[in-house]
Amino acid sequence: MSTTVTVPSGSGASPAAGPAPQPQREIVRHWATPITFAVLTVISLLVFALGASGESATFRISTEADAVQIPDIVAPTVPVGWIITLLLAALTVWGLLSVRRRGTVPGWGSAAFAVLFVAGFLVWVVGAADTTTVFLTGLIAGAFVLAVPLIFGSMAGVLSERAGVVNIAIEGQLLAGAFTAAVTGSVTGSVWAGLLAAVVAGALVSALLAVFSIRYLVNQVIVGVVLNVLVAGLTSFLFSTLLSSDSARFNSPPHFESIRIPVLADIPVIGPILFDQTVLGYGMYLIVAALYVGLFRTRWGLRVRAVGEHPKAADTVGINVLRTRYVNVLLAGAIAGMGGAFFTLVNSSSFSKEMTAGQGFIALAAVIFGRWNPIGAFFAALLFGFATNMQYVLAILGTPVPSQFMAMLPYLVTILVVAGLVGRSRGPAAAGTPYVKE
Amino acid sequence: MSAVTTQAGPKPDASGPSAGRPAGGSALRHMLAGNGMVTVLAIVLSLVISAVLIILTDEEVLEALGYFFARPQDTLVAAWEAVAAAYAALFRGAVFNYQAEDFTGMIYPFMESLTLSTPLIIISLGIAISFRSGLFNIGGQGQMIFGAMFATFFGVHLQLPFGVHLLLVVIMGILGGALWGSIVGILKAATGAHEVILTIMLNYIAVYLVAYLLQTPVLQREGSTNPVSDFLEPTAVFPPLLGDSFRLHWGFVVAILTTVFAWWLIQRSTIGFQLRAVGANPAAARTAGVSVKRMYVVAMVISGGLAGLAGVSQVSGTEKVLNTDVAGSFGFDAITVALLGRSNPVGVFFAGLLFGALRAGGVTMQTETGVPIDIVLIIQSLIVLFIAAPPLVRTIFRLPAPSALEARTAADPVTQPALAGAAAATTTTAGGTAPAAESAVVGDAVGVAAGDAASPPSPAETASPAETASPAEAAPAGARRDTPDAGPPPGGRGTASPTQDTTGEEGEQR
Repeated sequence: MSTTVTVPSGSGASPAAGPAPQPQREIVRHWATPITFAVLTVISLLVFALGASGESATFRISTEADAVQIPDIVAPTVPVGWIITLLLAALTVWGLLSVRRRGTVPGWGSAAFAVLFVAGFLVWVVGAADTTTVFLTGLIAGAFVLAVPLIFGSMAGVLSERAGVVNIAIEGQLLAGAFTAAVTGSVTGSVWAGLLAAVVAGALVSALLAVFSIRYLVNQVIVGVVLNVLVAGLTSFLFSTLLSSDSARFNSPPHFESIRIPVLADIPVIGPILFDQTVLGYGMYLIVAALYVGLFRTRWGLRVRAVGEHPKAADTVGINVLRTRYVNVLLAGAIAGMGGAFFTLVNSSSFSKEMTAGQGFIALAAVIFGRWNPIGAFFAALLFGFATNMQYVLAILGTPVPSQFMAMLPYLVTILVVAGLVGRSRGPAAAGTPYVKE
Repeated sequence: MSAVTTQAGPKPDASGPSAGRPAGGSALRHMLAGNGMVTVLAIVLSLVISAVLIILTDEEVLEALGYFFARPQDTLVAAWEAVAAAYAALFRGAVFNYQAEDFTGMIYPFMESLTLSTPLIIISLGIAISFRSGLFNIGGQGQMIFGAMFATFFGVHLQLPFGVHLLLVVIMGILGGALWGSIVGILKAATGAHEVILTIMLNYIAVYLVAYLLQTPVLQREGSTNPVSDFLEPTAVFPPLLGDSFRLHWGFVVAILTTVFAWWLIQRSTIGFQLRAVGANPAAARTAGVSVKRMYVVAMVISGGLAGLAGVSQVSGTEKVLNTDVAGSFGFDAITVALLGRSNPVGVFFAGLLFGALRAGGVTMQTETGVPIDIVLIIQSLIVLFIAAPPLVRTIFRLPAPSALEARTAADPVTQPALAGAAAATTTTAGGTAPAAESAVVGDAVGVAAGDAASPPSPAETASPAETASPAEAAPAGARRDTPDAGPPPGGRGTASPTQDTTGEEGEQR
């Protein structure tokens, strides 16, 4: 799927400084992305344009109680389907040309394609549903809520993998966080104690990951997979023994209230998303921003990335490779633990067996989709949250698509993304390789 | 258990690490330091930790703990009783029910263990083959579902004579699993997508797909509203192996045959040799003329096919119907089984027996003593964690450390690639090998891989038995040994030189 052409050029300068991987003297052409574009464009033609129901899809934005009223968006399915298909076709041609010229499709091109495709899908599926009206603000706000644990999890993945340790154990860290937050919150009656316990629990899972992969050089993927099983077993065991025997005492945690910032929260669409959140929601935005700045604008971040890309070189200039890795993995676990707390302290009333339901793995996919960049992973996680929420909303609307296929959507998207839509995604070079000092 | 622990089942004779060593104290020390000891102790340690968990969550213990300082012996007695009852039930449910009234009842648990091990062994063999090829196939669950779906479809809707029908169902199940596995192999080969992500996602898709198909006439039982298929035709079902009083069926014989096949495939066939070469060092394999991409597809097809066969053994052996839970936790259990068996078919067979027995016993334990079956998950994952980190187990039990050479040759290339000296960690990044590592490796890899390729299928037999390790590992280990750096002389496949040993030792001590 990729062809290599050697081009004598000096563009391979300073690979460590730039955030994006630099091409190194040869253009490797990755045709997977434009081919994926083409396939999706054909799908768009067949389904969104030719398969349109002829109805109009209505997207409501404001509720009647809102201060600012915005009129509904009414999208007739047939013209919108055709316009979007044409735009997608144009992007496909542009993608082919840009691969010919420079080897890859820029990230924003893939993002634009994804947004257009999602819009086309939305118009088509809402137009074909029994109820052709959907509350767009609610759809997006719901997506944000569902994305919160994914975002925390993907930040944990980014942080850990940037330092060279593959974190498959995100699932376990989330689950451990959810469990301890529920138990500690219930016993102490304090949300903050619950959150703190979740952070500690996530870091503990991370500590196991770190010790086994850094100290004992065990394959990181395997430690991660096994830790997931271990945490699932532990939490299910304790759930069946302790929590279900006295759930009033152990499994009825208090919840974070959402804090509404007066005027700003009234802004249509983005108001409720950005300014009507719980502490965890606001913390999430802070963490994403802090990680982005930290990784790409500070000395600490440069060192972390050096350790993840080329530990030997980092060691040579005096960076303590193993300590950097330990610290990052522990921090990652703490962040994922917070994401776990979201399950029991915000989203649902109590802990239940394996309640994370594979979200850790989707977070991992978001890391790759986001090219190991906090901002990228943030938006990738949002996309997955959106896909999941769409499944719930469309189930209510009564769509022609069976609910199981809607449920598959996030996973299908992930596969498309991992296999090509993102273009070339290359992780930190040393991720997965233990460092042994010579 | 000893069969699991002896390195490399294919050659159980003296050519293991102990060959040609003086007897006496050194032999004892050698035994204590070996892999077998580590495996046994890892199992013991996991059972001990789980016992602590059982004690800490037992209601009577907690009650007695309330007046611990008044009568501490109550707590201890309660703790002992909780653990003894749980593990006794585990034993009765897994191996031998000494409380049963007749012989059939006594050996029923053991037959049940064999029944539960059957799919586990088959799917784990598939996972082990993918591990040996350097691929982390986490997708056993999805592949097993696909195998079961295909098998059910042909087992329900066709009318054929016995034998032909069963054979067709088996073949279709294998095809189904292979199809689902091949998607991973093809996508990885074509786009470099990471197989861990792909397989996990395909698992979910398979789960939803089977849930959907079980609500359509394709698979759903006629007249039923539940997501359950019709019973498979009697002609499409494995006959019982030891009479109708046990659930054990001929699928178990298939599992044994599959073990033999997997052993032959990995150790004796050309494809197996190429798969191992790719797993040990893709760059070297490529240089030696192996098509790495093709091998990724082949590995995933075989691995998925075996997972599909495991699905067949469920629907046309144990359950005789298809439901949404057909794969259960087999996919993930298989990973732990393959790791415990060190990705070695014979080891996997016995590891599968052990975990199948734990499953069977876990059910009895849950019903008789109320200890949740989830404890089995804990035991399994702890065992794998401990065997993956032998130095940890040795430290806990204060065992002597093996010599550097022994440590490295005994290191499992799957769980311990760094100790075993593997060079390129290709499977962890989505983009394949890092360019820098690739160029450094290729130089010495030429001699290594070419040297090995000259004498397939069993190059190890020509090596000197005293210094090379187990024959099973010798070829990949030889390739790996020379690659971590540009240091060692090119072309040196033979015995390890003392200078190279030090890297292994440092790895062990760090």
